[in-house]
Amino acid sequence: MTTIMGKSLLAVAASAGALMAAAPAMAQQELNALVWCDHTDPGLIRPFEEAHDVRVNLKEYEGTGTALSLIEQSRPGDWDVLVVDGIDVPRVVEAGILGELPAEAVPETIFPEVALEEQQVIDGKRYAVTEKFGYNTVSFNKAEVDASTMQDMTKLWEDESLKGRIAVYDYYLPVMGMVAMGLGKNTAELTADDLPEIRDTLFKLKDNAALVGEVVASQTALATGEVDVLVGGGEWVTAGLSQDNPDLDWILPEQGGVMWSQSIGIFADSERQDLAVEFVKYILSPKGQAKLATSSCYWAMPANEAAGEHLSDQQKQALRWDDQEEYLKNVQLYPAPDAELDAQMQDVWAEFLQH
Amino acid sequence: MAIVDRRGRGDMRPWAFVAPALLWTIAFFCVPFAVMAVVSLWERVGTELVASWSFANYAKFFARGHFLQAMLNSLEVTLIVTVLSILLAYPLAWILAEKVPPRWQRIGLVCAILPFWTSYVVRSYAWVLVLANNGVVNQALQGVGLVDEPLSLANSRTATIIGFVHFFVMLLTLTIYANLVQLPKNYRRAAADLGAGSVATFVHIILPLTLPGIMVGAFLTFVLCIGDYITPQILGGNSELVMPQLIMLQIGRRADFPTASALAILLMVVVTLVYVACARWLKLERA
Repeated sequence: MTTIMGKSLLAVAASAGALMAAAPAMAQQELNALVWCDHTDPGLIRPFEEAHDVRVNLKEYEGTGTALSLIEQSRPGDWDVLVVDGIDVPRVVEAGILGELPAEAVPETIFPEVALEEQQVIDGKRYAVTEKFGYNTVSFNKAEVDASTMQDMTKLWEDESLKGRIAVYDYYLPVMGMVAMGLGKNTAELTADDLPEIRDTLFKLKDNAALVGEVVASQTALATGEVDVLVGGGEWVTAGLSQDNPDLDWILPEQGGVMWSQSIGIFADSERQDLAVEFVKYILSPKGQAKLATSSCYWAMPANEAAGEHLSDQQKQALRWDDQEEYLKNVQLYPAPDAELDAQMQDVWAEFLQH
Repeated sequence: MAIVDRRGRGDMRPWAFVAPALLWTIAFFCVPFAVMAVVSLWERVGTELVASWSFANYAKFFARGHFLQAMLNSLEVTLIVTVLSILLAYPLAWILAEKVPPRWQRIGLVCAILPFWTSYVVRSYAWVLVLANNGVVNQALQGVGLVDEPLSLANSRTATIIGFVHFFVMLLTLTIYANLVQLPKNYRRAAADLGAGSVATFVHIILPLTLPGIMVGAFLTFVLCIGDYITPQILGGNSELVMPQLIMLQIGRRADFPTASALAILLMVVVTLVYVACARWLKLERA
């Protein structure tokens, strides 16, 4: 009996020893970040963890509503870093979620077109910085669809030959923004009066569509040949797939496209403010930006121009690095509706899904 | 409720036995339900929940065509799935109970529940690949020359129904099988002695006696199907919305819990009505 007990104790001691031996690999500090899926790439996070001897706990979410719910259900101080849709920064600042960012955290080499100071600097205080951007436009399979057809956005809802060959990205803001641009409207000036025309056009688009899907579903549909066109797609859909299938391409139609952006900030009630700032600085550094731009979840343009030094020619080509100046001239921002218009737009989107 | 013994003292032992289940139900059903009912009377204003105490969220449901349509779609899909699952599960359960030798029945049952062993999400995505334009079904149909162009099966109500039926046939098979194996063989012999053919025996003896198994399975199918979000979301391709998708739409971006709560309660009302109807019908059948 004593021998068995002795062996058991020895086994426990050996296990404890093994755990202690592994302890150096287990970091001293922890940082909790509420992020989009591109931040969960170990290739992006590990260098920061190693450099700061910290474990970064990442919680991935989709949709600002989900993030707000998670934050509401958490205790103050649970979260340190937030990645959020660029247009929702004023909303989370108003809710008191984000704290002020020190000036040193913001690189001077951010593309001026995506700096979005109006959203991120409120009452003279900076709360967030753009970290990545791209376009919600049209992705397509150029082996199946002629690029010239895709030049005109109205073809998406008017061309009968595309019936059953279109997938629509299931996010109301960019797609309604695109449709508004196709109808010659300015996304920044949308009002409730514009919604009936947008709704009717969305209904026509739905008649041509095979499916309306979230990121994975719509990307899979395009990659597997289920559809030939993805409305609301862009480099974030095709750049990562282009190595496997060079026929997958994207285009900014003559009417232009909608620019999306994601911003990073720190929680006002974070108890690890210094570490959180260091994380923001790392993500915005040229190296961090290059890794974020080519993250495994999706690729898109880094906000920091200096990231170019760390991107290969193939990566730059997939991101259309050299064309950005031209593209940025022909894009508009996501519609940024107030709460009332936002609710109306979501109702129109629900009608579109139900159509 | 306490049992009074001869000396008039209450015996608390029955309470002690039911207390764990009672506490569990109160903590994880009654309290959350009450919270949901309260929140459904509130309103989301900007980033805050405001206790406005009105039935506006319920009124919204009846005022908007696409909200009502979602309920209608949910009911249609659920009814079709339930009926199809019963029609497929009954013969399967019959074969298992009557035609398969007893020693093979267990293996048959294991085969029947095999699909439950894989992840529900993975199974749904597998159906996407099976039903896609270049999927197994279309390749087979084109291969044997039945169709020239691939059929549009994926991303549709048909795909949603196929995904659901695949899952619920197994559930119904188990409940009906459990009922069938309990039927005494003498009933059939007695019916045969009295001159009933196999069809008459099935219609007048077997079917009525297996109705409880069918109804229990059908009700479970109804409840699980009408509240399911995954299958319509993955297989339906948003070709139409059902209630769980509509509820998720309210939460996804605006975190509009009041509207989502009101919709969830309306869905629960429908499920309760169906339960009452099933229970009443079974009671009448037995009477």
